[in-house]
Parts: sequence; structure tokens; C-alpha cells
Amino acid sequence: MDARGGTVAVKMDIVVTVNGRKYAASVEPRLLLSDFIRDTIGLTGTHVGCEHGVCGACTILVNGDSVRSCLTLAVRADGAEIVTVEGLGTPDELNTIQTQFREKHGLQCGFCTPGMLMTAMDLLKKYPLSSDDEIREGLSGNLCRCTGYQNIVAAIRAAADLRDGSSR
Amino acid sequence: MKPAAFDYIAPTSLEAAVAALAAANGDGKVLAGGQSLMPLLNFRMARPAILIDLMHVPGMSFIESRGDKVAIGAMTRHADLEFSELVAAKLPVMAAAMRHVAHLAIRNKGTIGGSLSHADPAAELPMLAVFYGATIRVQGPERRRDIPAEDFFVSALTNCLDPEEIVFEIEFPVLRSHAGWAFEEVARRFGDFALASIAVSFELLDRQIADARVAVMGVADTPRRLREAETALQGLQGSPEAAAGFAGVVRSCLTPESDIHVSAEYRINLIGALAEKAFTAAWTRAAGQLP
Repeated sequence: MDARGGTVAVKMDIVVTVNGRKYAASVEPRLLLSDFIRDTIGLTGTHVGCEHGVCGACTILVNGDSVRSCLTLAVRADGAEIVTVEGLGTPDELNTIQTQFREKHGLQCGFCTPGMLMTAMDLLKKYPLSSDDEIREGLSGNLCRCTGYQNIVAAIRAAADLRDGSSR
Repeated sequence: MKPAAFDYIAPTSLEAAVAALAAANGDGKVLAGGQSLMPLLNFRMARPAILIDLMHVPGMSFIESRGDKVAIGAMTRHADLEFSELVAAKLPVMAAAMRHVAHLAIRNKGTIGGSLSHADPAAELPMLAVFYGATIRVQGPERRRDIPAEDFFVSALTNCLDPEEIVFEIEFPVLRSHAGWAFEEVARRFGDFALASIAVSFELLDRQIADARVAVMGVADTPRRLREAETALQGLQGSPEAAAGFAGVVRSCLTPESDIHVSAEYRINLIGALAEKAFTAAWTRAAGQLP
């Protein structure tokens, strides 16, 4: 019984591919995808901030699209391909965006960084990012309380320039 | 676990979804993209006994030309509208508004049917539905019915659906001509719900405004078409005085309320400033197309 007096719903079997590896689990329908990733399969790189879709820290890629994992049920990810920050690069071999975050000092405490990186991955795929204003618009759903965003914008600017083979 | 426990089903037909919603006896919630419902569940402000997920209902995600209309499936995501060439060509005001709809990660999940059903008075899609005079098509246990967008929104977060009805598609009339148009919005943070917003479109006949259309949001408990402002635009030509006059008419149509973000006075001034800006932008766009 839960606090509401109802019975706990029947668990459902799901199979989710995360960073190329398949995970099978039996989960309650109310389990959030963010909690599945952190608690059920133990990938704690995805951070959970506000848990209602405002801060962007829990952003991951689901079937190639950036998604708030706290606003998605794990059961809805059955059969999906997920990439979390652990799937971007390794400490020895950072990917392009991670490298630019390090180069440009695009993080301080690091709490928002996984969400920033996953958001940046999707922004770089879908938008020209021809102006810094466009980058700032794209980042408006991700909160950082340390950096004032300047160096995050600079890191994504640099990654966009590398993508386009230009330097400004 | 953040949400209270619920049962969950993902039917594979619209009829089965409607039947499940009816069987829930008022204690069921329809899950579309979840970008409004999931926060309510996480806060336990909504505690439905059962969630009826539409994600496996086939044929609910599409954007297609249908005569002089564009039909959009209820499960079509905001990002699909944002990047659609058909929307860009046929519904330019919608195309311009889509990047104001929350943030990319939300647009990747949120749906038009979900946004309309949620009926937030400061959300873009309800306002666009009212602006275009869209028809919202819903399925009930016995029958389908077509609801004009202006009748659909009853008050803040309240639509006119019967408890067992589900929105399955929306038809947007393509405006006969939209030589001049503009969409203007101010939010506290880019992508947040609007403090105020206005959409304007019109045709030019003999260098005079005809067929004007005006809708606003964030300044009443539902999005609203402003017919008085539309009438005031007829026959006008672009000038700073005309823009200011139009803004005055828009302001006179509205009595917004204060909330935690801004005062009523701020809001009425804001919608006036946006009206002026929209008029000028629409006129400039239309004038550029004159021979």
C-alpha cells in the first residue's frame, strides 16, 4: 500500500540500451527515467536538481534527442537508445565538447555540467549557432549557479566553430 | 519515488485509450509528452489512479497538407513543428513562435495535443490555435466532435473536454494571405511562459491593411482573439502613429491581472509595447513584398 491507500502498481519489464550496453529491469510505472539511470543501473553522472523540468541538470539523449530524464517515465524508455554523460568520452579521451568545456573553463562545481554537455550535443546537431545569442537561447533551459554562463557559451562557441571548420 | 503510485497502460488504439479513460471514472490522466503532467505528478499535485499513455497509439504524429488546411496529429512534438518545412511555408506565425515554446529538451517530448489539453493561458500553442481559428478534433466513447479553438479554452488550465474525451488531431486553416505578420513575446527567461505575447497578420490591398487577425496571450485567463483590434487595423497604413493607435486599441481590450511575476500595470504596458512592435514588424514585412 502506498500513502494514497492504493496498491502499488504491477512492475513492468523494460530493456533499455544505455551508452551501448543493454540493461533489463523490472520497474514500477512511476519510476522516473532519471532515477532508473542513477539508482537502478548506477550511472550517477546524470545529475538530478529540481526534479520538475526547470534546471536541466538531468538532460540526457533519448534516441538522439535531448530530453529531461526527470520528466520521463522509465517505462516509456523501453526499447530506447540512451546516451548519458558517461557515454560522451573518458577522462583520458574527452569528446570535443568536453574538451572545449575544459579549455574554456566552462564549469566550476560541475553539478550542471552533465546537463549542459548533453544539451550542447543536441544544439550543435540541430542549430547553426551562428551567434552567441542563439547559444544563450539554446542554453536557457539549463541553470548554472557558478559560472555566469560566459565560459559555457565560449566552450560551445568553440565547439561550433570546430564543427563548422572555422575560427572566428 | 517522486510521483504517487499509479497504474499504467499504453493502449494501441485511440478507441482503447478512450475506453480506458472512461473506465477510470474521472481518476485517469492521459499522458502525451508528459512535459506538463510529469511535474504535476512529481509534486504529487496530480495523483491519478491510472495513466493512459498515448505513445503506442499509431497515426497520431503527423503534419500534413489537407486542402486549405494543415492537419497536425495530437502526438506531434513541438520540435517536429519547429523544424517542419510545411509549417514554415503554410503557417509562418506558428513557425516563428515555436522556438519560444519552452526549451529544446522540452520541445523534443512535449506535444501539441498535450499543450492544448493542458490549456495554459501563457502557452504558445493554445494561442496559435485561437489565432488561426483552428479546429480541435476529439474522440469520445460514442462519437467524434470538432471544437473551435475559441470554445475549447474555458479558463486557466481548463478546457471544455468531457472527462472521457481525447484530442486526436488539430486542423489549422492556412490564412488566405499573410503578407504581413509578426509574433512578439516577452518572458522572464527565454523559453519560459509568456508574460505577454501577441500575434498579428494581415493582407495588403491597395497598400492598405485588410483581413487583419490579432491574438494575445498571458494577459487573460485564456488566449484571446481581439476582434476590436482587428477591425481597427482595417484600411490602415504603416506609420508610427498607426502603430501607437493600434497599441492603444489592444490595451483597451484587456484587463490583465497582477501575479507573482509582474503587476497588472506592467502587463498592460508590455502588451501595448509588443503590439506596437508587432504592427511595425508586420508592416515592414508586408511592405517588402509590395511591387
